[in-house]
Amino acid sequence: MSDTTISQGWFTSLANPTRFLALSGRVLPYLATAAVLSLLVGLYMSFAAPEDYQQGITVRIMFIHVPAAWLAMMCYSVMAIASIGTLVWRHPLADVAAKTALPIGAAFTFLSLLTGSLWGRPMWGTWWVWDARLTSVFVLFLMYLGLMALHKAMDDPARAARPAAVLTLVGFINIPIIKFSVEWWNTLHQPASVIRLDGPTIHPTMLYPLLVMALAYTLIFFTLHLMAMRNEILRRRVQTMRRQAAQAIGGGR
Amino acid sequence: MIALIKRDLAIATRSGGAAMLGVLFFLAVVAVIPFGMGPDLNLLARIGPAILWIGALLASLLGLDRLFQADREDGSLDMLVMQDWLSLVLTLFVKSLAHWFATGLPLVLAAPLLGLLMNMSATSTGAVMLTLLVGTPAISFIGAVGAAVAVVLPRGGLLVSILILPLAIPILIFGVSAAYAAVTDPDPFWPPFMILSAIALFFAALGPVAAAAALKGASD
Repeated sequence: MSDTTISQGWFTSLANPTRFLALSGRVLPYLATAAVLSLLVGLYMSFAAPEDYQQGITVRIMFIHVPAAWLAMMCYSVMAIASIGTLVWRHPLADVAAKTALPIGAAFTFLSLLTGSLWGRPMWGTWWVWDARLTSVFVLFLMYLGLMALHKAMDDPARAARPAAVLTLVGFINIPIIKFSVEWWNTLHQPASVIRLDGPTIHPTMLYPLLVMALAYTLIFFTLHLMAMRNEILRRRVQTMRRQAAQAIGGGR
Repeated sequence: MIALIKRDLAIATRSGGAAMLGVLFFLAVVAVIPFGMGPDLNLLARIGPAILWIGALLASLLGLDRLFQADREDGSLDMLVMQDWLSLVLTLFVKSLAHWFATGLPLVLAAPLLGLLMNMSATSTGAVMLTLLVGTPAISFIGAVGAAVAVVLPRGGLLVSILILPLAIPILIFGVSAAYAAVTDPDPFWPPFMILSAIALFFAALGPVAAAAALKGASD
């Protein structure tokens, strides 16, 4: 980890894990504070929002459910971008980013499935239906778990990186399927009402809390992701040090 | 390339008999269903296409881990990976194709017998055979990615199935819906069948490239 004299771009300089640790250590407190504050504001706004004339109080589940589903997809997109970084530039932190995003993404996916199920019970009269949106999100959840199993199965993180990156990119086909599943197939799940070409069809009193919650979720994701990345870097260092120590003992005789 | 197909086919049929094992597993899965469901022939005829498809999917997933494992054990995988990029992709395409000839095609050929056992009509059996003929190569091609990812692992077999199953779900969905559309009257057969064919072609293009990337990455 010696400093090279070759001039580097800003992004390349981030590839140095020590520099990344220093920078992320400085950013993290602000990010965490912003996440907590926006979550508090978002939760307050969600409870202050008017009840839906049809759905009553259950509409508040939306403020937890919808951002979780967005984040589940965004997290996979972050992993896909990181995987391109692993495969194309062999960026050493890209692999760390892709690996540590996995459990967070799985958690968000699980949260969206769970809250969706709780919302579906009073609204649709059933916990679960096999419609296109639900099935494709369930498949996303399975892919997160499969990739986690792959990382667990390989004992050397450096060798797991590239195969896992390939698989992440292949699995990325699922993301557009999730996004457009409600438009391609006639499903029980309602079509997109916020991100669409002709503007949101949802009333501002509900849109603003939703957007604040989405911002809060995004900040939470990046806070957790940075923390997990720092842990992973330190964990790998400890592992390397242990290996070196063991070698020193073995070769010292 | 023809030589490689012949070699892989010879290995698959002679040593270990992976091809036969897949068909036997297919037979076993389908034969277990009536025990679980009860021998109601009408019910079996109705769920038959779906059962055949699920059985074929599981049977083809089962054989996937052998795709590169044998080559890795005798060291010829390293020789394959050392080729330049384009010929590696081509080699993997041919290997997946050979794998399908050895494990996928026997499943298609076994389908009519199992259709008979499931009390399915001739049209229904024919539709299942046709969709399997198009769908099983897709499983082989996308499965090559999983096999390439897991080849360095000592016990990768189960992991390959877990990794590939989510990607194989679209194949199952459109395969089964095309098979059902052939027998239920108002539903058209061609749209789901065309989508199934499109998925098969897409995976045939994507699978070898991604598998090559995974093998290159795992070897260095």
